[in-house]
Amino acid sequence: MKKQKAADTGILCLLIVLVIAFITPIFFVLMNSFKGKLYISENPFSFPRGELFAGITNYTEGIRKTGFFQAFGYSAFITVFSVFAIVLFTSMTAWYITRVKNKLSSVLYYTFVFSMIVPFQMIMFTMSKLADTLKLNNPLGMVVLYLGFGAGLSVFMFCGFVKSIPLDIEEAAMIDGCTPIQTYFQIVFPILKPTAITVAILNAMWVWNDYLLPYLVIGVSTKYKTIPVVVQYLMGSYGAKDYGSLMALLVLSIIPIIIFYLFCQKYIIEGVVAGAVKG
Amino acid sequence: MDKNLKKYFPIFVLPTLLAFFIAFVIPFIMGVYLSFCDFTTVTNAKWVGIDNYIKAFTNKEFLNALWFTIRFAVVAVISVNVFGFLLALLLTRGIRGTNVFRTVFFMPNLIGGIVLGYIWQSMINGVLAKYQVTMLMDAKYGFWGLVILMNWQLIGYIMIIYIAGLQNISPDLMEAAKIDGATSWQALIKIKIPMVMPSITICLFLTIANSFKMFDQNLALTAGGPSNKTTMMALDIYNTFYGKVGFEGVGQAKAVVFFVIVAIIGISQVVLSRKKEVES
Repeated sequence: MKKQKAADTGILCLLIVLVIAFITPIFFVLMNSFKGKLYISENPFSFPRGELFAGITNYTEGIRKTGFFQAFGYSAFITVFSVFAIVLFTSMTAWYITRVKNKLSSVLYYTFVFSMIVPFQMIMFTMSKLADTLKLNNPLGMVVLYLGFGAGLSVFMFCGFVKSIPLDIEEAAMIDGCTPIQTYFQIVFPILKPTAITVAILNAMWVWNDYLLPYLVIGVSTKYKTIPVVVQYLMGSYGAKDYGSLMALLVLSIIPIIIFYLFCQKYIIEGVVAGAVKG
Repeated sequence: MDKNLKKYFPIFVLPTLLAFFIAFVIPFIMGVYLSFCDFTTVTNAKWVGIDNYIKAFTNKEFLNALWFTIRFAVVAVISVNVFGFLLALLLTRGIRGTNVFRTVFFMPNLIGGIVLGYIWQSMINGVLAKYQVTMLMDAKYGFWGLVILMNWQLIGYIMIIYIAGLQNISPDLMEAAKIDGATSWQALIKIKIPMVMPSITICLFLTIANSFKMFDQNLALTAGGPSNKTTMMALDIYNTFYGKVGFEGVGQAKAVVFFVIVAIIGISQVVLSRKKEVES
């Protein structure tokens, strides 16, 4: 028993060391975000004390240069509406193609599954050209594109769950005079809720962090830039790199994610595991 | 029920289907077709047969990117899985505070690739500054930088999947092994590892696919530097499309090759896990 306890204390110490190692990069960025930009490359590991301390100038500068709050707004808009559209429309589609058994349904199902293994690079050029032609280069157009490109995984996950719902419940509702639309929203969708949460979380993480799709479709010359696009825009452009603004922007981009994580931790971890196991 | 529901196709399926055609089906078919064409915009395509594919496979940068990606994938997949599994073992012993550790280790997984890349670019350059070098001086810094970044991002994720697998092992089994006098090493090799084989399959393929498809992190950390020595496949395709005019066809051919590689990985996962399911 004593030996067990000693081993556990050892492991606890090891874990604490690992935790410190894990949060070091974030702490490093946070620390440097309060340093004058010239000191960041000179004294990367010292505390922002004395002449090194720059107050919040990096933050004001970074926000001014990139229009961070506007980018935050567009990121939030695109993420919220895309997730809403994906959950609503793909769950309806999944229910339909699982319940209506015909050739078309199975062709659709396998096409959705197929799309899951296609990497974005395969279609990025043609998709962005098509999006331009159809005037989808705006936040609402992005919602359409995310619905389309995210449909594969989401339909697949909803189909897996719909198959496990017994038909009797739906049939009883139909006999009682419910239309399919009423049956879906009053009976089926509430049962789908756990999968809907998983699908919502997986897609929210993807859309919020996605860089290439908004960069290619919306670009950097419009006002609709999202957070990953402004971060890359700040560093990817030629000329002197402003590491002060970069540090501040990195901190500002991480904060919303950490807040979201702390509030929905349980759902996020469960959702991600479910997504990995099924996908 | 079937007949009644069938009429509702426009409401239930059409919205998803329209978006799916715009964002996937049409671009995919066009992409396959254009990989056999010479074009700069989509409208001026001229059929050239397999010319683009020949150019892609004789393109040194593409082969370098392929080789770099494979080397990176091997190192990253092994390290992420070994560390993730070890952490899962440590966190399934019922030690106090397990949940807090789990929360912290998983957190980097939520941060997007671009932000991750710049966090590590500044970290690594900060360390290297002590030795008067930067990450862009030698490809080996970029390689190991990417490996470290990948570990930081994925260990927590992989760990969570292994924890779920380990927790599914019935306590009776471990109890029985203990009574029979198995050491903890024997219990690990003979019981735990065989029992989490399904999780190992999932994690291996997940990390392989993630390594091959890596783009944002690569772009933000090194952008391929020095002189494209740390460019991975996805970034090389991007550079071919948008770096120079006139190579769009070659870029599309590279993209098709890339798709085939990723598809083979995905399909072999399905086949392998199906086979396991039949056996058990």
